[in-house]
Amino acid sequence: MQIIKEKTEFNFMAKRKIAAFFSILLLITAATSLFMQGLNFGIDFTGGTMIEVAYQETAELDNIRTTLEKAGFDDAIVQNFGSVHEVLIRLPILESKNMAELSNQVVSTLQGVHPTPIDVRRVEFVGPQVGEELTEQGGLAMLYALIGILIYVSLRFEYRFAIGSVVALIHDVLLTLGVFSVFQLEFDLTVLAAILAVIGYSLNDTIVVFDRVRETFLKSRKTNPIEIVNRALNDTLSRTIMTSVTTLLVVLSLFVFGGEIIHAFSIALLLGIVVGTYSSIYIASNTVLALGVSKADLLPPEKPEGTEINEDGSQV
Amino acid sequence: MNHYPVWKNLLIVAVIVIGALFAMPNLYGPDPAVQVSAQRNAPLDLALMGKVETALKAASIEYKRAELSDGRLMVRFADADTQLAAKEVIGNAIKGDYIVALNLAATTPNWLAAIGAEPMNLGLDLRGGVHFLMEVDMDAAVKQALNSYASEFRTLLRDEKIRYKKIDINAEMVTVAFRSIEHRDQAEDKMSREYNQLELAVVEEAVAPSLVFNLTEVAIREIRSTALQQNIITLRNRINELGVAEPTVQQQGDNRIVVQLPGVQDTAQAKKILGATATLEFRLVDFEHDVQDALNGRVPANSKLYHHRDGRPYLLSKRVMLTGEHIINAASTIDQNGSAAVSITLDGKGARAFSNVTRDNIGNPMAVVFIESKAETREINGEMVKVRRQLPEVINVATIRDQLSKKFQITGLDSTTEARDLALLLRAGALAAPIEIVEERTVGPSLGQDNIDKGFQSVMIGFVFVLIFMVIWYRVFGLVANLALAANLVLIVALLSMLQATLTLPGIAGIVLTVGMAVDANVLIFERIREELRVGNSPQASINAGYAKAFSTIADANITTLIAAIVLFGFGTGSIKGFAVTLSLGILTSMFTAIMGTRAVVNLIYGHRNRPSLSI
Repeated sequence: MQIIKEKTEFNFMAKRKIAAFFSILLLITAATSLFMQGLNFGIDFTGGTMIEVAYQETAELDNIRTTLEKAGFDDAIVQNFGSVHEVLIRLPILESKNMAELSNQVVSTLQGVHPTPIDVRRVEFVGPQVGEELTEQGGLAMLYALIGILIYVSLRFEYRFAIGSVVALIHDVLLTLGVFSVFQLEFDLTVLAAILAVIGYSLNDTIVVFDRVRETFLKSRKTNPIEIVNRALNDTLSRTIMTSVTTLLVVLSLFVFGGEIIHAFSIALLLGIVVGTYSSIYIASNTVLALGVSKADLLPPEKPEGTEINEDGSQV
Repeated sequence: MNHYPVWKNLLIVAVIVIGALFAMPNLYGPDPAVQVSAQRNAPLDLALMGKVETALKAASIEYKRAELSDGRLMVRFADADTQLAAKEVIGNAIKGDYIVALNLAATTPNWLAAIGAEPMNLGLDLRGGVHFLMEVDMDAAVKQALNSYASEFRTLLRDEKIRYKKIDINAEMVTVAFRSIEHRDQAEDKMSREYNQLELAVVEEAVAPSLVFNLTEVAIREIRSTALQQNIITLRNRINELGVAEPTVQQQGDNRIVVQLPGVQDTAQAKKILGATATLEFRLVDFEHDVQDALNGRVPANSKLYHHRDGRPYLLSKRVMLTGEHIINAASTIDQNGSAAVSITLDGKGARAFSNVTRDNIGNPMAVVFIESKAETREINGEMVKVRRQLPEVINVATIRDQLSKKFQITGLDSTTEARDLALLLRAGALAAPIEIVEERTVGPSLGQDNIDKGFQSVMIGFVFVLIFMVIWYRVFGLVANLALAANLVLIVALLSMLQATLTLPGIAGIVLTVGMAVDANVLIFERIREELRVGNSPQASINAGYAKAFSTIADANITTLIAAIVLFGFGTGSIKGFAVTLSLGILTSMFTAIMGTRAVVNLIYGHRNRPSLSI
């Protein structure tokens, strides 16, 4: 089956100014939200305690809240998690309490007023210092990944392409973070992992397009960069769609069937794949064009003078 | 014509067959089991196995089979409820130097086990368990070392009859102040030789002639690493008391320890035993002065006021005879008179020191002080600051009857329970520097099973979606790609099993993502073949060109993804590492299956025909 039967002739680059405008608008929104309200960091980064318990009956959140309040856990945030039986309790870092002991106290407090046994499904406690370190390491990880990629693409292609791919990556990361900020979705360690995976995926997509741009530049007699980029985008279009769809299918199944714990993870991946596909067409290629790439830039470098090699391999 | 040489085809078949063999053990679910292992050379033999089996039969608990292997006894059961009941029964039947723990026993058939095939390990998030990250308080470790130097100085100066004014500890130095320069020079002569690992500075002030001992960089590093190692050893011992089947205790960074306890149900108890950060000191009781005076505020210069657990006050010498770090073992026992006692074993250094002090103090009482330290987080000037409070408590006072050395007993305890508690505290107190739990991740067994089910389900569903989609899109070529995808999944599982890697939930997510991305290579190839056909090339030439032209693109794309995965691995903690590992392995295996694998099959189908019509 082929949706796109013959060679397509979409003029992608005709809309590049609109796309750029649209992207910049979104980026400004994302940046503003990140700046104004920031990310809803999970306890992985802020430190704190998270307890997931399961009741045999429907959990009565109000009762749980009052019980905890009476026991002195005023700052507890209580909400359902996944189903009506499961409850997630979050506690910030509290002063003058032994944090590691906290989860036990909460559970025994709740069990104390409840007739049937409560199942402790998960406890996560992260000390303030560990959280701080993670935030720092997470930022560094993203930076290292970007630098590594920048170097690799510069070596394999040309610096304009390297800049184009990194601009696209920053665009993807910023937009994904922006969505997490605008909707105040919880940003935990798994989301960070997802964003790094998105960097990998989006780059994959960008590289495929760039590869084609380079090839088209070299073999085509046309020299207008816009035409060349359009040709390359059209040639890779059905591949771009196919790969995005298959990857989206599996990530969607993760999102639907993977359970509550990896919800945030799969949302980040879903967002990243959509944004990544878009960015490899409109951001990466756009940047390369804006930087003024030409056929001459991509031709293999001519041999420098003075190092001519004779037929027998000797140099003069 | 497109042909692969025979060796290439054979190689592909061989890789996939070996992969399938090593992936197979994962199909056999594990049995819930109870594991018995021996401590301190207790016999682990057929007699013990018989004892366990008799106990189970007596309690009419059915078990699948019991076996002795790798220095442990494994008894397998049909379900988790029986397993729990059996642990209770077995625990009661074989008291003493045995660790009885819940475990999962692999059910790998013998012929697979014979070639070394084993199932993957399941991570804590899949099988349930506790993960602790503990931090050693290095400042306290250094301070302790300074304290023990100060203590040694007191002894030395007293033994050498050199008069000194006072010994102070601050920051990373010990200052000994003397009454006169002669005394100081005398001391310098003695001490500079004895303590060459310390940096010695001589203060020439006439008013307060003194010696300042500074810890060198090397000494501090030494103290830190010793503190960490000692904590790791002590944690291992404590975990043995908990009864955990396959605990992990590992160093992380230069001041942290990771503790993983799979399958632990009672996390509160685990935390209590692991988190009890305590140190121990033996001190002489100051019986020359009146406790009552001290209570009224007149504490003698060389003594300090302590309280017993039951509230009784004691006046103890400031000098520490021995610290807990020198205790190798403490066990409750019965003395020759038949009353409860605790026998203590010291290391060589501790034994020498102890022997010297006790020789001079036969007939005098000595006290065991248990110092529990509690970490609290307080807000000071708007910043969260960790504050450590020390709670010293006298847990035992006994009279020194003899010159004590490497092994000795504390007798005259009221009950065996008291003896057991004291032994436990002594062992717990053997920690060199206080530690604190800075991160905890506990997954209950029910959630673990849920995670396995959901993870498995999402992999399968996503996988089937992709299979269907590929067949609709690329027909015969789609089928070929699906074969490659299946082979890829088998190879990832096989590699993870061979590496004995630990599968976590993010790891499963990594596998799912690889399935999605592995198709990409085939999509690239197939689209190229279509293009070549479109421009009018022959089918055979198109296949050839399709594979050739797509290769560099696939390589570039995968290498860049691999860069991201490697960065993830480098920075990540446990579960993120799992994701990175499966992602990287998946990228590598997919290169093999999607390029070589599919090419071989395509060649077999179309390679021998002259002008086949390609179903793509």
